[in-house]
Amino acid sequence: MSEIKTVATRASYGKALVELGKKRDDFIVLDADLAAATQTGMFKKEFPERFYDCGIAEQNMISIAAGVAATGKKVFASSFAMFAAGRAFEQVRNSIGYPHLNVIIGATHAGISVGEDGATHQCNEDIALMRTIPGMTVINPADDTEARLAVEAALDADGPVYIRFGRLAVPVIFGDDYKFEIGKGVEMREGSDVTIVATGLMVNEALQAHDMLKAEGISARVINIATIKPLDKEIILKAARETGTIVTAEEHSVVGGLGSAVSDVVCEEYPVPVVKLGVNDVFGHSGPAVKLLDEFGLRAVNIVEKAKQALALKK
Amino acid sequence: MMDKIKKTELMKKALDVRMGIIEGVHAAKSGHPGGSLSCADILTYLYFEYMKIDPKNPKAEDRDRFVLSKGHAAPALYSVLANRGYFPVEDLKTLRHIGSVLQGHPDMKHIPGVDMSSGSLGQGISTACGMALSAKHFGNDYRVFTILGDGELEEGQVWEAAMFAANKNLSNLVAFVDFNNLQIDGTIDEVNSAKPIDKKFEAFNWHVITINGHDFDEIEAALKEAETVDKPVAIVANTVKGKGVSFMENKVSWHGSAPNDEQYEEALAELKAQYEEI
Repeated sequence: MSEIKTVATRASYGKALVELGKKRDDFIVLDADLAAATQTGMFKKEFPERFYDCGIAEQNMISIAAGVAATGKKVFASSFAMFAAGRAFEQVRNSIGYPHLNVIIGATHAGISVGEDGATHQCNEDIALMRTIPGMTVINPADDTEARLAVEAALDADGPVYIRFGRLAVPVIFGDDYKFEIGKGVEMREGSDVTIVATGLMVNEALQAHDMLKAEGISARVINIATIKPLDKEIILKAARETGTIVTAEEHSVVGGLGSAVSDVVCEEYPVPVVKLGVNDVFGHSGPAVKLLDEFGLRAVNIVEKAKQALALKK
Repeated sequence: MMDKIKKTELMKKALDVRMGIIEGVHAAKSGHPGGSLSCADILTYLYFEYMKIDPKNPKAEDRDRFVLSKGHAAPALYSVLANRGYFPVEDLKTLRHIGSVLQGHPDMKHIPGVDMSSGSLGQGISTACGMALSAKHFGNDYRVFTILGDGELEEGQVWEAAMFAANKNLSNLVAFVDFNNLQIDGTIDEVNSAKPIDKKFEAFNWHVITINGHDFDEIEAALKEAETVDKPVAIVANTVKGKGVSFMENKVSWHGSAPNDEQYEEALAELKAQYEEI
C-alpha cells in the first residue's frame, strides 16, 4: 500500500495564492504578522510588491480589506481564525458583510488541531460566527485539493467568502480530477442506513467510519460539506429522506457549526434525528494535535459511536 | 485668501446643507444634529469645491473617495450629496424612514454618492486607508478623504489605522478630525479624551495641520498644503458642535436628539436669517 500523502490546508492556501498570482494580477494579499504561519509568506516571497503586512492589528486589516474591495479591487485578508473571525468579528460584519464586498478571508489555524498553542488560539467558534453574517459564504475544505480549488473559486465569487484552513497535515482525499463548486456537497460513499455529514478534516475520519460501520453490517452514506453557507440543502434533505437519520462531524463547537446548519434545514423541512459530533462546548488545551483529536473525540471511532446513536433514534 | 464671491457661494451652500440636516433629523424624529452641523463646512468645501467627483457619474473609477468615519453625521453627508445633485433634496425628509434608502448611517449599496458604508466608529479611517492603498497599488491617482469625530479617536482601531497609513506612506489620504469637544456622555475631557490630538497624529508620523473648521480660507489652505506633503495628513479642525443653530451650539444634549416642531421652525428661521445676511 502506498503511503498516504498529507498536506496542511494552510499550505494549500499559500500554494493556491502563488498559482493565482502567476495567472492574474488583479488582487493583493494582506496578512497580520503571521505570514510564515498562515503561509501567505509563499505569496509574499514570489510577489513581494503585491503583499501588504498590516502588522498585529487584525481589526484594521479587515477594514483595510473592505476599503480595497470598495474600490472594486480583489483582496485576501489572512490571519488565524481566532483573530480573523473572532477578534475582528464586528469589522467583518460591518465593514465587509453589510456592504457585501468581495473580500476573501483566509483563516488558518482553525479548530482544536492548532495543538500546542492551546485554548487561546484554538478557534472552535468561527463557523458559527461567520455563518450568522448575511451574504457571507463559509467554506471549510477537507483536504489540499479542495482547499486550493476553493481559493480559486472564492476569487470570483459574489460577496465575501470566509475560508477555513488547518495547521495539521491531513490526508489528501481528492484527486486532480475533482470538480469543486461553491455551495455543492459531495456524496463520497453511498449508504442507506445512516448519513454522516462531515466537513474539514473530519471528512477523512468519516470515510474510515464508513468502512468500520460496513464491517458491522451498517450502510453509512458519507457526504462532504465544504460550503457550510450557503448549505447544499438538496443533498442533506435527500439523505434525510433516504437514510432517515444523520450524524454531523466537525472540528468545531457543536454550537452553531455544521451540526447546527444541518439541523436547521432538517428540522424545518424533513425532521429526522441529527446527532452532532464536534467540540462539546468546552475550551481546548495544549498538546499535540493528533492527541487532542483523540481526546476530544474527533475520530472515526467516535463517528461510529454517534452513528449507532443516530440509528437507535431512527423510528 | 479665496475671492469673496466664491466664499459667499460656499457660505450659502453650507447653510443649504445645514437646513437639509435640520429637515432630515426633524422628519426622522431622531438622528445626530450636533455632530452633523459641526462638520457641515468641511463637507461643503470638499463636495462643492475640492473633490474630483461627478454627481452624474457617482461610480466613476477615478473619482476621489470620501468616507464618513463618524457615520452618525449621516444627515450632513446626505444633505451635501443631495444639494450637490446626487439625489433630490426633497428625499432628505425620508431620512431613517422605512422604505427610504437614507439609512441611519451611510449605506454604500443604496445611496448614490456614498463611497463606503460606515457608522461603527473607528472602521471608517481603516476603510479609507484601504481605498488609499488600493489607489497606490493599482496606479490610480484619486485621493481619499475622511472625517473622524474627536470622541471616535477613543476607538483603538483609529490608531491601528494611523500606524498603517504612515507605514505604507499613504500620502493620498487626508483625515479631518471634527474637534468639537463633545461626545454622548459629556465633554471629551470628562469621558476619555484623546488630547493632545495633534501631537498624537504627529507621533504616528502624520503631517498635522490645525485649523478653524468653519473657516473656508483655512480649510482651503490646509487642503492645498496637504497636496504638497509626502505623508498622510491629519487636519485637526476646531469646530462648534451644533454650529449655526444657536440653541444647539456646544450642547451635548443635541448629540443625538431631534428638534420638535417648534425647535425645527426656530432652527430653520435662524439659518434662513443667516442666509439673508450674506
